Amino acid sequence: MSDELKLPVRVQLRPQTLVGRSVPRETARRLASGRGRYLDDVHGGEVYHIAFYRSPYARAKFTLGDLSAAASSPGVYRIVTGTDLTAICAPWVTRLEMLPDHVSPPEYALAVDEVYWQGEPVVAVVAKTRAQAEDALDAIDIDWNDLEPVANAEQALSLDSPLVHPALKSNLALEREIIRGDVDAAFKGAACVVEHHFSFGRQTGVPLEGRGVIARYDRRTEELTVYQSHQAPFQMQEIYAKQLSMPLSKVRVLCPDVGGAFGIKLHAYADEMAAVAIARLLAVPVKYQADRLESFVSDAHARDAVVSARLALDSQGCIVGLQYEGLFSFGAVSLYPRGSVGEALQLLETCGLAYKVPALHGQVRGAFVNKVPTGAYRAVGQPLGAAVMEQLLDNAADKLDMDRFEIRRKNYVVDADLVNDSDAKLRGLSLRQCLDTIKTDMNYPQLRQRQEELRAKRTYRGIGLCTFIEQTGVGAWLYGRNGVAAASKESVRLHLSTSGEVVCHTSASESGQGVHTGLAQIIADTLGCPMDAIYVRTGDTLSDPVGGGSWASRGLALGGEAARLAALDLRHNVLSVVAAWKSVSIDELEIDHGVVSIIDGEVACSLQQVARLVHYDSTVLPLPQPPSLSVERSYTPFSKPYFMANGIQAAEVEVDIETGQVKVLDFWVVEDCGTVVNPLLVDEQIRGGVVQGIGAALFEHCVYDEAGQITNASLADYLVPMAAEMPDIQVSHISTPEQETGLGAKGVGEAGTVGAIGAIWSAVNDALRPLGVSAHKQPFTPDVILSAVLQKA
Amino acid sequence: MKAPDFNYCCPKTAEEACGLLATADSDVRILAGGQSLVPAMNLRMASADLLIDINRIEAFKGITLSEDGKWVRVGALVRHAEVAVSPLIAEYVPLVHKAMRYVAHPAVRNRGTSCGSLALADPSAEMPACAMALNAVLVLQSKKDGVRCVPARNFFFGLYDTARRDDEILIEVRWPCSSQGSYTGFDELSRRHGDFALVGIAVECQLKGSRIGHLNVVSFGTGPVPRLSERAAEIAAGQPPTQQLAHQLAAQIAAEIDPDDVADVDIKQRQANAIARRVLVQVFQECAHAN
Amino acid sequence: MQTKNVADITVTINGQEGSFSVPVRRNLVDFLRHDVGLTGSHVGCESGICGACNVRVDGVVVRGCLMFAVQADGCVVDTIEGITDSGEAAALQQAFLERNALQCGYCTPGMLMTGLELVQSGRTVTRDEIREELSGNFCRCTGYHAIVDAIEHVMERCTK
Repeated sequence: MSDELKLPVRVQLRPQTLVGRSVPRETARRLASGRGRYLDDVHGGEVYHIAFYRSPYARAKFTLGDLSAAASSPGVYRIVTGTDLTAICAPWVTRLEMLPDHVSPPEYALAVDEVYWQGEPVVAVVAKTRAQAEDALDAIDIDWNDLEPVANAEQALSLDSPLVHPALKSNLALEREIIRGDVDAAFKGAACVVEHHFSFGRQTGVPLEGRGVIARYDRRTEELTVYQSHQAPFQMQEIYAKQLSMPLSKVRVLCPDVGGAFGIKLHAYADEMAAVAIARLLAVPVKYQADRLESFVSDAHARDAVVSARLALDSQGCIVGLQYEGLFSFGAVSLYPRGSVGEALQLLETCGLAYKVPALHGQVRGAFVNKVPTGAYRAVGQPLGAAVMEQLLDNAADKLDMDRFEIRRKNYVVDADLVNDSDAKLRGLSLRQCLDTIKTDMNYPQLRQRQEELRAKRTYRGIGLCTFIEQTGVGAWLYGRNGVAAASKESVRLHLSTSGEVVCHTSASESGQGVHTGLAQIIADTLGCPMDAIYVRTGDTLSDPVGGGSWASRGLALGGEAARLAALDLRHNVLSVVAAWKSVSIDELEIDHGVVSIIDGEVACSLQQVARLVHYDSTVLPLPQPPSLSVERSYTPFSKPYFMANGIQAAEVEVDIETGQVKVLDFWVVEDCGTVVNPLLVDEQIRGGVVQGIGAALFEHCVYDEAGQITNASLADYLVPMAAEMPDIQVSHISTPEQETGLGAKGVGEAGTVGAIGAIWSAVNDALRPLGVSAHKQPFTPDVILSAVLQKA
Repeated sequence: MKAPDFNYCCPKTAEEACGLLATADSDVRILAGGQSLVPAMNLRMASADLLIDINRIEAFKGITLSEDGKWVRVGALVRHAEVAVSPLIAEYVPLVHKAMRYVAHPAVRNRGTSCGSLALADPSAEMPACAMALNAVLVLQSKKDGVRCVPARNFFFGLYDTARRDDEILIEVRWPCSSQGSYTGFDELSRRHGDFALVGIAVECQLKGSRIGHLNVVSFGTGPVPRLSERAAEIAAGQPPTQQLAHQLAAQIAAEIDPDDVADVDIKQRQANAIARRVLVQVFQECAHAN
Repeated sequence: MQTKNVADITVTINGQEGSFSVPVRRNLVDFLRHDVGLTGSHVGCESGICGACNVRVDGVVVRGCLMFAVQADGCVVDTIEGITDSGEAAALQQAFLERNALQCGYCTPGMLMTGLELVQSGRTVTRDEIREELSGNFCRCTGYHAIVDAIEHVMERCTK
């Protein structure tokens, strides 16, 4: 009997679930061997390289002179201008249907006549090598007439400010508020009122691999193929089809291995659009990747807000009112297609959300300024909301002489208070458990004691706390309803192949999070096959089921549920086939380790045999229409906009009040992200997120001068967190499964960042408290610390 | 960011290299470690018509003790990494040994050179500060003048401006061997490990009996060149090495910062005071223990 | 002496000698990636700070973006591909895998180069010292904790 017809041996092992186990990623082996295939590694045959001439000015008019010198520079194929591109690629405008007042100026692939931020691409050089393209930049003849830029939000909203862009009627990009109860009355009658003001420095995401595209338009088939280092291939497919007036089915976007993204690679950028349009225009293959210098003046910027906030409490320390207002500096346009508003809106929505706040007035405004457009960067606004509330609570605890754990505990929301439908998303949080757990994890009394002892010796340690709640698994409400063509869901198509491999095509992409390993664990458990029989494929609009990609902590939360549902479908279909074949009922069958058996009975066949039967010899079955062995399912949260996760973070820092240095000694996270599919991968996502938060709080800052020009556009001067300054991070979990899905997983990708910024604010100000000074400006550089200590205005 | 084009040559001897420097009629750069030059070229902030790669000149290699035992000679191609593990440096030039911990990162130390750092004279760099503190000797070679020696204290003129002429190569640094009763200390304040110094201090304290014979304190990162404090030397001469003296000297060092050189002089002075005091306290403690 | 802007070089890469003609301004990591086809070493900043381009030249780890390919003439160059194929990095890679000390993987080849040099140094180091040794390798994804764990684990096993 040939091997493939032989009955498989039942694997006599007790079933073990893979979900919940720390399974290492097979992809990691490939990546650790130098076999990653990132954008610049994709061998596209002969390609032309693009370098951009970028605006040196924040605001200017320009006239292009004679470009023939540049065009005849060695290796140059073509010089392309904004005018050249408008012929085939119209400018685009970000519009959000739920925010009709948010009016963005249009954005061009290459600037035409005027520029609106330093770094805006103006001219493209297409050459045989990147080096030759850069050489030609020097020869570009261009006349500049620089104008007065709008450098910050305060200026933008002042009465005599110039407009950031002539298409605007006002520089005010966004104005929203939330009002609940009577905040004025609450503050008037309050026993205790505290306040704090916050400055969150402008920063950017710095994925180590730059953004980029390889684009190829085949004139014969009229098909456009774009490789892109990106988080949302379907979104980009839609955008290229629309911008270049092509049928959607003639546009294919592929994402190879992505070397870090963090939200920065979620957007549609002018330079990438220009590169793709150039491919279409010239019908030659082109490659463009942003180098480090360009990244600082083109990657989405983030945070950049000043917030002032007040908290009112009664004499028992119960919150009676919260008031906060934030002013955000966006960029010169609202980044396409999701807009620059997320940071502001999420501060508005999440500040204080973990707490009972009877009266609340939150307000945010966002202004256009002549700087790099801002957009989603890990955790988007939520870290700011958490930092604001937690700092206020610390200030209140100090004023009321209350324990900082106690003041949080007594004010946390409880399910009993969540009576409205709109509060449904806040039910089932584990705020108190996380609080109690972290207090034990960090051995708070011992830390406090050491702090006291060291204070006596003029060494200032601070202990910071930051409760956080977090929007994860974000689904339909933010995208389709806003008119943004980005999928509300994640999808999985499972296919049982004739080799016995279970091929999983998914829209849930990743850049190292390990989503695909998680999906394989779920599929293996649900279907009953070994994990190494599963092949997960993603990043190709031609073969993926339509879905989102990777953002908003939803890859595994949504994609995992889709995988579970699809695996259930496939399991059912497989068992239907075997039931019909063996004349038993489905209920009598089980699948384990790829083997279908009668429960407590004999082995029936392998999954491979089922597939071969269905594909090659299905008439053996008494089923005229055998069920499909290719199933597809999607998932998006239905009854609510997102899954709410929660947790708490704590930091121990030491502030050197002579040098201004802040050292992070230790860090703790207690996270509730529901079902933890793979603790190894989840914990490392948390740690990475924490370090990005610490980086924001202590190091990272895009520093601009008054002319709207960045002064530190290099890794020498923009300080990202490196190993020697970062602490070990202790992570533990509470698990409150998400109720809406069978999987029960909430998202966790951004969690570390959501709470870390606030934990550092809380810790630094705790350290400074005995000196009677406080810090208000992030990053907490030595200058910021010493300015506070020296009580400088 | 790709470097602009240049012509390249790779002489095998110092004479050849000096000859090339002498005859070049255009923008010539010497390529040693490249850890400062090449980033600048990649960023298109520096360019060269001719790059003279001196990495194959055998005579530039090696750390040796001079015949009279008074100097440790470090050739132009000696990498930071070699200096960091050199037993000769550890024994005879402890100040430099201590400073090496602050120099860049492992991969950069494997290529970057002491002489390269001295020739560049970045105000926040460790080697120029040590050279000032110890009054090391910089050895220059040119076709025109052959070999000439310049004491460190006559070498650093201003920001990236040294006594080295365009037609000269810094072929060697000679560190004076520390003598009996010499105590050193080094510290710097930087945002992250290996970053350039916000403020740094290099100290060499020569005891005479139980008192200070001579004290060299150099602060760096606070002005265009490393600053040797003559006033601190005056104050310290003949004094017992006490904590109180350390405090006084630190205040003096801090006071010497020129407000025109820094963004916020109050902050810089506070930082310089703290770092200087901590180093001096430690050095003086060692001095005191010795007696 | 003749000066030039294109050079013929002979380099031993991962144990194999090869001859190439390169523009003198081409840096070592671009040369390895595009002229030799070894894409495992990566480019992150081109200014010597991030460490993604770390490769080994004549036995020591250097920034591939801060050497010109012409300078590698006659040198022995080892890349991530070489130290993988030879098994030299196997223990460290296995530790990285088990500890999930990489996520997107972009910094990982450079990180492994640095880590391997540390492991092979035979030094006894503390966790803080491991962190200091890694301070020239930027990782945006992991936050470093897992990387330190993986290296510490391998170093402890080496000293046993």
